[in-house]
Amino acid sequence: MADTATATTARTASGPSGQARGEQRARRGFVGEVRRSMPAAAWWVVCLCLAVVFLYPLYVMLSMALKGPAEQGQIPPTAFPHAPTLGNFTHLASVQGLNVFGNLLNSVMVTLAATVLTVVVATLAGYALARARFPGSNVVFFVALATFMIPFQAIITPLFMVLKTLGLNNSLVGLTVVYVTFNLPFGLFIMRNSFAAVPGTLEEAALVDGCGIFTALRHIMLPIVMPGVITTALLTFFASWNEFFAALILLTDQDKFTLPVTLTLVTSGQFGSVNWGALEAGVALTIIPCIVIYVLLQRYYVSGMLNGALK
Amino acid sequence: MTSVVDLTPGSAGAPGTPGAPLAAARRGMRVSRRRALVGLAMATPAIVLIAAFFLVPLVMTFWISLHNWPLLGRHRFVGLDNYARAVADPGFRTAMKFTLVYTVVITPVLFLIGLGMALLVRRRVRAARVFQSIYFMPVCIGLAAGSFLWLYLGQARIGPLFDLLRRVGIVPADGNIFAGTWGALLMVIGMVTWKVVGLQMLLLLSGLNSIPDDVVEAARIDGASRWQGFRHITVPLLRPTLALVLVFSVAGSLLAFDQFFIMTNGGPANSTITAVYAIYRTSFISFKLGYGAALSVFLMVVLAVVSAVQMLLLRNTDHG
Repeated sequence: MADTATATTARTASGPSGQARGEQRARRGFVGEVRRSMPAAAWWVVCLCLAVVFLYPLYVMLSMALKGPAEQGQIPPTAFPHAPTLGNFTHLASVQGLNVFGNLLNSVMVTLAATVLTVVVATLAGYALARARFPGSNVVFFVALATFMIPFQAIITPLFMVLKTLGLNNSLVGLTVVYVTFNLPFGLFIMRNSFAAVPGTLEEAALVDGCGIFTALRHIMLPIVMPGVITTALLTFFASWNEFFAALILLTDQDKFTLPVTLTLVTSGQFGSVNWGALEAGVALTIIPCIVIYVLLQRYYVSGMLNGALK
Repeated sequence: MTSVVDLTPGSAGAPGTPGAPLAAARRGMRVSRRRALVGLAMATPAIVLIAAFFLVPLVMTFWISLHNWPLLGRHRFVGLDNYARAVADPGFRTAMKFTLVYTVVITPVLFLIGLGMALLVRRRVRAARVFQSIYFMPVCIGLAAGSFLWLYLGQARIGPLFDLLRRVGIVPADGNIFAGTWGALLMVIGMVTWKVVGLQMLLLLSGLNSIPDDVVEAARIDGASRWQGFRHITVPLLRPTLALVLVFSVAGSLLAFDQFFIMTNGGPANSTITAVYAIYRTSFISFKLGYGAALSVFLMVVLAVVSAVQMLLLRNTDHG
């Protein structure tokens, strides 16, 4: 999985011949010189130390989440759980009079709905903007790009009022709609470019053979633009799953909170004391799905990030 | 067959080829018009969403900012009063100043570490790829989750990072990292660096890989030193990437909220309130929606300036 990610990086950067030219590149140039002057052992030491720094917080999270009640408060903290227990996770069922698993379900529903809707809406619109232009389609694309420049943090006050007018405030549906809207520009951008890159003759052939537009879209075009679809889905998934600010503002009932917002309740302990074990268990619940998906699909995620950023 | 001509993306608006028979051209026109209608229908959900939840709130921001607009009760037109108040508001000025300080401190930190890591892992060996994947991993973790994690890491007495710093002698045993403005700020910077520097590394890496070696080599043959080659060939060619990386961290830092809300709560003594945090408190704690909207407009102006500077930097490269 690791080399596929980098293969994509190289391809994005230098085209199909990147592999061979990259080999040369590594040996020449300023960077190559610096590297050659640095012994391989030193390189390994530096890289491994950095890897430890990057993985250490995640290790601490797991370690604390698995510690029992007595061990959690020990000073100085123990290096690893001496009697590992899942108690912190079961405790999440009743924290501050709250079932965090219900909030987990909220997060799952909002994230899945936002991801599916964003993919569908972005695919349809991306196809239209690339292949079935209509008067004003350029304006639509321009406005969508403008949303990149104005983040939703800046318009959150009236957004709250619009949702209130529509009766969608303090509602998971409202939050989903907001997530779809703010992930749409990126998805639109990716899908429009994906469709524009498909050779026109392919679709023409299907249409000449008597396919309707939608049949051709589903059976001919969609398989080809699948990488774009997966990238859009991944970016929306991570953005919605991790989103905090809008969820904090737009949801007011505790049982409607998404996971990241719920964690603020776990930290505000009843008698000023925080249950750090439960908090880290909650953090683990939030982080582990992201890591799993990243490890499985990082090729699409990384190439999507690079394409979106560099084009 | 005419429809074939019309289906190529560029010619959707201009059906028919000059030599085609009239009837075929007319049929082509019909097909292309139907296609445009289908296209419009397909784009409609996106248009509705963007209009209702982006364009309307955007216009409303300016409109509300001209009013005294409480959450409940009547609103009253006050002209530019909110703006005048914002300029004179010591709380908002402190928040803006703190946001700028945070941005100015964290941007070079992220950039230099990201560049160092990019140079480090720019090797075509399997191990380098594995290290890239590890360093990039925290990018997929949410800022909020990362903040909760680091809040525990640095927690007085029980936090493992606190314990480490205590053993090294940086923090006294009875100290509290989050009690001082700089301590709290450094913890936030540590967390954000851990979380986003992998992205900076990756962007710089792909920028470095896109520079042809021949160019740098030619300079070396002409007698340039390694450093000169880097300084005068690599860096200028890397400029689009540099602009992108800088704008990423500048825009991200100007909008900082989650990490301060969770890790410092704006404290100690409101010294780590950011611009977005100030807007949040104005609109959703004090419920002064009109004033909050005016503060949002200020934020938008700052972000627009940053975007404009980005465009300028990117455009200059074409001629430089």
